[in-house]
Amino acid sequence: MADMIRARGLVKRYGEVTALDGLDLSVPEGTILGLLGPNGAGKTTAVRIFTTLLEPDDGVAEVAGVDVRRDPRGVRRRIGLSGQYAAVDEYLTGYENLDMVGRLHRLGRRGAPKRARELLERFALTDAGDRPVKTYSGGMRRRLDLAAALVAEPTVLFLDEPTTGLDPRGRTGMWDVIRELVDGGATLLLTTQYLEEADRLADDIVVIDHGRIIAQGTADQLKAQVGGERVELVLEQAEDVELARSVLAGSAVGAVVVDEHSRRLTAPVSGGAPVLMAALARLQDEGVKVLDFGMRRPTLDDVFLTLTGQTTRTTTEADQAREQEPAR
Amino acid sequence: MSALLDTFADGAIVARRNLIKIKRVPDLLVFTTLSPIMFVLLFGYIFGGSIEIPGGNYREFLIAGIFAQTVIFGATITGAGLADDIQKGIIDRFRSLPMSQSAVLLGRTASDVVNNVIVIVVMSVTGLAIGWRIRTSVPEAIAGFLLLLLFAYAVSWIMAYLGLLVPSPEVLNNASFLVTFPLTFVANTFARPETFPGPVRTFANWNPVSAVVQAARELFGNTSPANPPPDVWSLQNPVAYTLIWVVAILAVFVPLAIRQYQRAASR
Ligand SMILES: Nc1ncnc2c1ncn2[C@@H]1O[C@H](COP(=O)(O)OP(=O)(O)O)[C@@H](O)[C@H]1O
Ligand SMILES: [Mg+2]
Repeated sequence: MADMIRARGLVKRYGEVTALDGLDLSVPEGTILGLLGPNGAGKTTAVRIFTTLLEPDDGVAEVAGVDVRRDPRGVRRRIGLSGQYAAVDEYLTGYENLDMVGRLHRLGRRGAPKRARELLERFALTDAGDRPVKTYSGGMRRRLDLAAALVAEPTVLFLDEPTTGLDPRGRTGMWDVIRELVDGGATLLLTTQYLEEADRLADDIVVIDHGRIIAQGTADQLKAQVGGERVELVLEQAEDVELARSVLAGSAVGAVVVDEHSRRLTAPVSGGAPVLMAALARLQDEGVKVLDFGMRRPTLDDVFLTLTGQTTRTTTEADQAREQEPAR
Repeated sequence: MSALLDTFADGAIVARRNLIKIKRVPDLLVFTTLSPIMFVLLFGYIFGGSIEIPGGNYREFLIAGIFAQTVIFGATITGAGLADDIQKGIIDRFRSLPMSQSAVLLGRTASDVVNNVIVIVVMSVTGLAIGWRIRTSVPEAIAGFLLLLLFAYAVSWIMAYLGLLVPSPEVLNNASFLVTFPLTFVANTFARPETFPGPVRTFANWNPVSAVVQAARELFGNTSPANPPPDVWSLQNPVAYTLIWVVAILAVFVPLAIRQYQRAASR
């Protein structure tokens, strides 16, 4: 499979700041690459270089085999971009925005309006299509912006933090749309600060920080770097904690972590479901009442913490509570 | 040739988009026309009484000056509009499209001419209401209006460049004021430069805005033999001097603005 997006040794400096420090990337045709990193990692800078908005100081970037520096116009014909902030004209209606983009793509007097209506329909904006964008919600603007990126049916798409600022419903809606795009054969580079998002959408993940790659692979590979699976259980009664600990210690491959307050025990294990069931059976024999029991694999958050020593922003407060509590 | 046609086609699409904004936010036009009307009334009825124009009628003298000032201020819309588009990421969108690289600027400056035409019509009506008259022929009057618009068009390219350079529309508005204010006041717009102190007078005489105003006054027939223009080449040949400036400004700022557009980064 040919690489539709490729970078070799991309460097971009802003005065003292090195936004990209020799970035290498390749995204095979028809796949999604998740470019993951905290704020200021260099994600937007990379997207801007691929989309011809910014010249690198050094290195090579190619989109669909076309060098961004040598033939920027050739690149622009092949790409769709949805930037970090929705770039839609507030005073135009949704329809007018898409129609304008279509005309600038030379879809013509007939083609552009037709395409605009199609996209409005696809992004559930038909009813709002003839209203100025000023009246749109954040989620509607984002959808319109993504629609604008799709006007010319590009083969390569760049989405810079497409769900930042969306509510959970807007986010899952956006995920569905993105997955459909790739099912349609597009190649996609998606940046995100949300680990969950990269996990859900991306075939491959590249984690960057300070403009450098600090890890890459599939979500599973990255998780494996941090450590294996864990069994986690919550007890009904606090007095069972010690007993449960000794039972779990029998199956664990490391120390059992106990959170007295929430009566939660976590233990690293290997062997998957059989180990889990055996432990559960022994607990039952001992008469320990278990409220909740499950296998937990490390999240990308754990990956990030291990790699950079800092946490990323998680999708919601609730997620944060859920992901961090068991670790204590 | 076909690249040129494409550029104009793209420019027209962008211009149309800008004009839709004027239609959707009419307040903008209301305020850009209200302030010159206020200026006409303020100078015509309040300051005008203390400004002596030999052989003349001050209000008649005033109108060409106000026209020039207003269309120059109008040109700042170009810069503010572009700065705003950068801030909102719209320029990024345009720049990622396979369109002509100069079309956004052509479209922007073109739609601002339309804006200025509307403003001039409103002001002409105001002028006529307070006693201003065109005393020459229709072709000469049209030439006068065209010269004003042409000069403003050139200025709008300066503003385009500045608008792409500054971090926000607010900065553009303040920065452009620093340029347009002295240019339009230290001139023959509201008073006779003959009354200015030495170096200021020299500046006023060679200020291209003075030439535009002088040319417009002559083309509208608003001059009086009792108040001849100063004996400097710029004001003796105001049309030629204006055109030289127009060409010079365009020759410098069109390429500068286009280059800056290609580097523009959203902030
Ligand atoms: N126009 C700019 N001028 C100066 N510094 C910049 C500019 N754009 C980005 N940077 C810096 O480059 C680094 C990477 O920024 P960016 O690519 O926007 O990161 P991300 O999108 O991952 O949050 C940051 O330290 C940022 O402050
Ligand atoms: Mg960013």
